[in-house]
Amino acid sequence: MKTDTPTAMLDAQDNASSNAGMWRLLIALGLLAFLIGLPLLSKNFFVFQLTLAMVYAIAILGLNLLTGFNGQFSLGHGAFYAIGAYTAAILMDQGGISYIWTIPAAGMICFVAGFLFGLPALRLEGTYLALATFALAVAMPQILKFSPLEHWTGGVQGIVILKPDAPFGLPISQDQWLYYFTLVTLILMFAFAYNLVGSRTGRAMKAIRDNPTAAKAMGINLSLFKSLTFGVSALYVGVAGALSAIVVQFVAPDSFTFALSVILFVGLVVGGVGWIPGAFFGALFILFVPHFAEGISKGLAGAVYGIMLILLIFIMPSGAAGLLKLLLDRFAIVRRLIEGLSGRKR
Amino acid sequence: MTSLTLQSRAQSAPSRAAAPLLAVDNVGLRFGGIVALDGISFEQHEGQILGLIGPNGAGKTTLFNCLSRLYTPDRGDIRFTGKTILSQPAHKIAGIGISRTFQNLALFQHMNVFDNIRVGFHSTTKSNYLSDALNLGGVRRQDEEIEYVAWTLIDYLGLRADSKRIVTDLPVGTRKRVELARALAANPRLLLLDEPAGGLNHHEVEHLGELIQQIRADRNVTVLLVEHHMSLVMSISDKVVALDFGRKIAEGTPAEVQNDPDVIRAYLGTDRK
Ligand SMILES: Nc1ncnc2c1ncn2[C@@H]1O[C@H](COP(=O)(O)OP(=O)(O)O)[C@@H](O)[C@H]1O
Ligand SMILES: [Mg+2]
Repeated sequence: MKTDTPTAMLDAQDNASSNAGMWRLLIALGLLAFLIGLPLLSKNFFVFQLTLAMVYAIAILGLNLLTGFNGQFSLGHGAFYAIGAYTAAILMDQGGISYIWTIPAAGMICFVAGFLFGLPALRLEGTYLALATFALAVAMPQILKFSPLEHWTGGVQGIVILKPDAPFGLPISQDQWLYYFTLVTLILMFAFAYNLVGSRTGRAMKAIRDNPTAAKAMGINLSLFKSLTFGVSALYVGVAGALSAIVVQFVAPDSFTFALSVILFVGLVVGGVGWIPGAFFGALFILFVPHFAEGISKGLAGAVYGIMLILLIFIMPSGAAGLLKLLLDRFAIVRRLIEGLSGRKR
Repeated sequence: MTSLTLQSRAQSAPSRAAAPLLAVDNVGLRFGGIVALDGISFEQHEGQILGLIGPNGAGKTTLFNCLSRLYTPDRGDIRFTGKTILSQPAHKIAGIGISRTFQNLALFQHMNVFDNIRVGFHSTTKSNYLSDALNLGGVRRQDEEIEYVAWTLIDYLGLRADSKRIVTDLPVGTRKRVELARALAANPRLLLLDEPAGGLNHHEVEHLGELIQQIRADRNVTVLLVEHHMSLVMSISDKVVALDFGRKIAEGTPAEVQNDPDVIRAYLGTDRK
């Protein structure tokens, strides 16, 4: 049964993966150069929109960790986005704390909130968990308007915050600076997610998603991993919420209705459930497609948006992830054909 | 990190007079009106292959589920290395040395063979969310070690050609070997196999008998085997326990159990509806 030594196998493995790793590094570097250069050549409003897209991408990534990698559903992550945004706004407005520190603070608070919410919610299966999270999302705007909290939350009016200037006298606009600040946060959050998904913890998360009984038999503590994943997912969304407050310079209860939770969910599905880069595609969709729909028809923007969404789901049932895989497969077939033909000539 | 090694656990040869590795003591469990287990008792010593037989619905899988703590018996006790396991939650069972496979395959269906097997190392390795998200040094070293041993297991079970394929794309026989590799990844002392020959072709069944004996020899694993395939059970078991309607109807050497009138009656199904 034993053929080669496992070491030989590992070497072959390493060669193949280091080649793929090279490509991935090159693509990443190219993308990074593009992302760094982009705001220098764009109008401020477009830079602002791109920044928001990155913020959404972080939130969708957080939702993906929960749904795509752990199999738990949430229709209430807008609530954690709100908690993150208000944490940042209140800390800056009342605490006079630098915007930089509000990001980790919002992340931590949302982690704890998500963990605590996830703990009892664990007992709920699929659709019921979605319902419980739905309740959270519906309650959130009202909690934010609640008069005893008005002193901190600013009630219906919300809180206005000031846009930070670029530090060290950098000769860039506030929007450009926030773009770079968000980009760095985004890269860190994606790096952590990549590490996580490929790790022992990530495998445990996916095992729970695929077969909870077998996962238990492998020694995985289901309630621990599920509630921690809920917390980490809320942390991501909370960081996104905090960034959004800083970028938009404003928080108000009506920015965080149930619709926000649904929009994040749409972004997740459009990008591709269980595929990390899908968050970018999902974010671009939820940011730009509504504008596009409005451009087609002001009165029927909602209907146009709906039709586009339905079409998209028909064209690519597994989101951008599925479409990309399809294209790559096609490409692989073409390449093999070419290789086969040229091979025969020789 | 303690037992991430292919070397078998305890090399000291246990004497037969020593305490049993597994003691099932008067275990009973009912589901509503159905008595799935009705006071089952037997013992298994280290190094033994014990065949658990019985017609469909006899309670074999239910007993396995009690052993892996997916079910809690209504009465009785289950002791492993002399200590009760009933105080342990299901996710602690792999860690104390009991691994299993499932009758109806319970693989992680969206994951490839390699990852399925790597999940099997969960109970013998350590890390947490933070160390994994930040990819701290120790985690990386541990993952390399997991990979190394996983590849050894992949080779051991002849899964190399399929190692990067999603498990649902594979034939049943291959999937059963993936489950076996995943169970072995935890370096168990006791291996529970629930109908490993189910869905295999004739050739594969023949090979399976040798494989189980090979595993016992190479890895010093004690095997509790549920199987319908009589010739397989009888050829490799040191001891056989027969169940019917949740009760133990026979226990002894393969020859004894094979010729037991109650066992013959149970299998011929003369008094079954
Ligand atoms: N979770 C359950 N709920 C209700 N009845 C069950 C459950 N698990 C097993 N049973 C019943 O217990 C009996 C024994 O089943 P099982 O242990 O699967 O038999 P075997 O594995 O020997 O074929 C059957 O009558 C079965 O229907
Ligand atoms: Mg069974």
